[in-house]
Amino acid sequence: MAAATGTYEIKNEHGEVINTSTGLSNKKLLMWSFLGSDVMFFGSFIATYLVYRNRSLVGPYPADILDIPITSVSTFVLLMSSLAMVLALSYIQQGRQKMGTFWIFSVVVLGAIFLLFQVYEFNHFGQVGLTPRTNLFGTTFFILTGLHGAHVTLGVLWLIFLGFGSIKGSLRADNAIDLEIAGLYWHFVDIVWIVIFTVIYLISARDVGPPGSVPGLH
Amino acid sequence: MQTTHPGPSREPISLSFPRIIPRPKSEYGIWSWISTVDHKRIGTLYAVTSFFWFLVGGIEALLMRVQLSQADSTLIDPEMFNQLFTMHGTTMVFLVVMPLSAAFFNWLIPLQIGARDVAFPRLNALSFWIFLFGSLFLNFSWLIGDAPNGGWFGYAPNSHVAFNPTNGMNFWVIGLNILGVASIAAGLNFIVTILNMRAPGMSLTKMPVFTWMTFVTSVLIVLALPVLTVALIQLQVDRLYGTHFYNTAAGGDPVLWQHVFWLFGHPEVYILILPAMGIVSEILPVFSRKPLFGYSFLVFAGVAIGFMGWFVWSHHMFTVGLGPAANSAFAISTMAIAIPTGIKIFNWIGTMWGGSIRFSTAMLFAISFIAMFTIGGLSGVMHASVPSDAQQQDTYFVVAHFHYVLFGGAIMAIFGGIYFWWPKATGYMLSEKLGIINWLIMLIGFNLQFAPQHWLGLDGMPRRIFTYAENMGWENTNMIASAGGFLMAFSVLLFMINVVYSARKRVPAGDDPWDGRTLEWSISSPPPHYNFEKIPNVEHRDDFWFTKHPELIAEYYHDEHSGELTAPSGAQFDEDAADEEDEHAEAHAEEHHGDDEHGHGGIHLPDMSYYPIILAAGLTIVGAGLMTAVPVIIIGTIVLLWGLLGWSFEPVNDPVPDSH
Repeated sequence: MAAATGTYEIKNEHGEVINTSTGLSNKKLLMWSFLGSDVMFFGSFIATYLVYRNRSLVGPYPADILDIPITSVSTFVLLMSSLAMVLALSYIQQGRQKMGTFWIFSVVVLGAIFLLFQVYEFNHFGQVGLTPRTNLFGTTFFILTGLHGAHVTLGVLWLIFLGFGSIKGSLRADNAIDLEIAGLYWHFVDIVWIVIFTVIYLISARDVGPPGSVPGLH
Repeated sequence: MQTTHPGPSREPISLSFPRIIPRPKSEYGIWSWISTVDHKRIGTLYAVTSFFWFLVGGIEALLMRVQLSQADSTLIDPEMFNQLFTMHGTTMVFLVVMPLSAAFFNWLIPLQIGARDVAFPRLNALSFWIFLFGSLFLNFSWLIGDAPNGGWFGYAPNSHVAFNPTNGMNFWVIGLNILGVASIAAGLNFIVTILNMRAPGMSLTKMPVFTWMTFVTSVLIVLALPVLTVALIQLQVDRLYGTHFYNTAAGGDPVLWQHVFWLFGHPEVYILILPAMGIVSEILPVFSRKPLFGYSFLVFAGVAIGFMGWFVWSHHMFTVGLGPAANSAFAISTMAIAIPTGIKIFNWIGTMWGGSIRFSTAMLFAISFIAMFTIGGLSGVMHASVPSDAQQQDTYFVVAHFHYVLFGGAIMAIFGGIYFWWPKATGYMLSEKLGIINWLIMLIGFNLQFAPQHWLGLDGMPRRIFTYAENMGWENTNMIASAGGFLMAFSVLLFMINVVYSARKRVPAGDDPWDGRTLEWSISSPPPHYNFEKIPNVEHRDDFWFTKHPELIAEYYHDEHSGELTAPSGAQFDEDAADEEDEHAEAHAEEHHGDDEHGHGGIHLPDMSYYPIILAAGLTIVGAGLMTAVPVIIIGTIVLLWGLLGWSFEPVNDPVPDSH
């Protein structure tokens, strides 16, 4: 800190003054900004879902098909993966590689379980007659949850990559920021799911078709 | 604190990825451009590419003007006319004004904030390549005779497969989605660059206005483009996979498309105009030879526009029938947004007031920006009134309005910016004589084309019609407008002649031809690869100008405090002094972009990389695959993964054997 010029100086390796900044690392600031962008992405899809709620012309309607208990289990699994993520980051930051690696792969496994639940759900819905082409509920449901699933898939792949990095030793305490930003992403995707679970399952699970309509399920 | 080169303890154990093409090292030749990560070169690539699309979009406009110059013309059939106006709008918005602004961002932001590059140089290269491939993808539709034809707004269900079964709108949705990725990546990069990489002493209130407007624009890009992405994905899955978002037979709602599209579309308008406002705010003080009048107001007005721009979108939908409550609310918010815009115009005039003005080409363009933008702004406020808008909706009055803000505004400012910064970028001057002729003809041609369209619109001539009947009384006015269009085209030709002529004459510019104010003028022209030999220390707004004219400091800073030179920079302006303290307290060293750079003596810059172009190619191939066949998607994914993995494993800099 050079009081003479009155500026708070940050020096690089050559002793040169380099910047005035937020104090966040570039990578973290990038991730936060990206998450802001992703909020608008999911926000628009969730808004679309809400606009089209109760506007399907044919069944199956949400009340015919949504199963809150099963999805609660997968939601719980996803929430626990966030806990594992916190532990993984903490261990990596402390330099405890093995524990860090264990928890990174725990996140991967929990994320994969969530995805398997989703595959099961999609499959099941398809069998009982709800596809993206069936009605507005099907269209909005599959595209919104599907894109969330794509985000989870991307996160799982990213964490597998980092997990191997942790085994090989290229992910360590001094560059734990790489795991931290993956964690930010993971927690965000988790939070989005909480909103989706609330909006699709908890709020609209009892939505039935208009009076006199024929349920799609037989 | 990072070490200069990755130490041996870290490098051998990291994962590696086989290289198929060796990493380019030469600073010359085509490979150096393909693999460049230098923000100045990327800026040049953006400029050249988008200027090319400017010519293409201009030709599309001229074809329409030829068709409309006479009544009952049969030169262009209705389908072709639909394709022309769709592609003209899409091209000018996404392939011209946005990337031309990006060219200025790339060239200027690191220079203005005293940095050696942007925060993520490879991401920056990726943005450009995705933009290039996306733009080629979109225009490839012309070659197969199936260009998009649903308007640049792509209203569903008109753009739905039921009403629009050809491939054109598929090119549009996928092409724009690809371009959206490029814009978002660039927006993120500039947010981080501006927030994190300013030279010491450059607090937020000392940033040049162009940097400020770039920041606001980047935030808008990052938040608005995903909304467009959502609309496009919805339309895309509808068109390609038979879902029902906008299928009216299954209950799909056409108004939803309008809401989603304009929720993006209106912030987009400010994405187009705010960089232009930034450019003008740099040009005016230099040629008025006094500091910008009301800096804080100007910046705050820019931020206010960026914020309020989110609450006005339904003024595009006044005739939809949203009801009096919604219409009134959006009418009020739309009129309110004229206030910050008016503040800016007032400040620009105040900047010129009492200055000793030099009428250079750049200055003339900047002044015409103010005049033309004010006219366009006034007709914009007319649309804010719902009953008035009901008359003007879908007429040439609207066409005249938005060309006054987007051509008279954005493009005029961009041309001014080109004349202003050309000497800095190339090291030699553009001819001022040709420049002034270029400006004059462009201004006359522009007004000749678009002023009469106000009359045409009020007379009821609808937009997007391919021809009109003889007895409507529109022939003469349309003929004048078309003549104006050709005059504008001639002025662009003059600009190109000027570029070639000046490149031959090579009148050296020197480092600071205009008596510039901001940091880019303190370094050589063209700037060295590493920009700043020594990162500057900023004490004032317009620091470079006050360094040249220290006697003026007291005159312009008298009301702030005395003893300017020794005061702590963070405390000079009370607006954000507290924030600034917090920021600095937390600041640490690791965010310098080149953690491990080498080359150029003691200055380290990232090595070149070809992975950005591979990744961009993969993304575009996947996009093409969505329209064609699954194997293409698979090939695209493989290329994408190649780029992604190669990128991840590639160190920013290769280790150097002879450490210096």
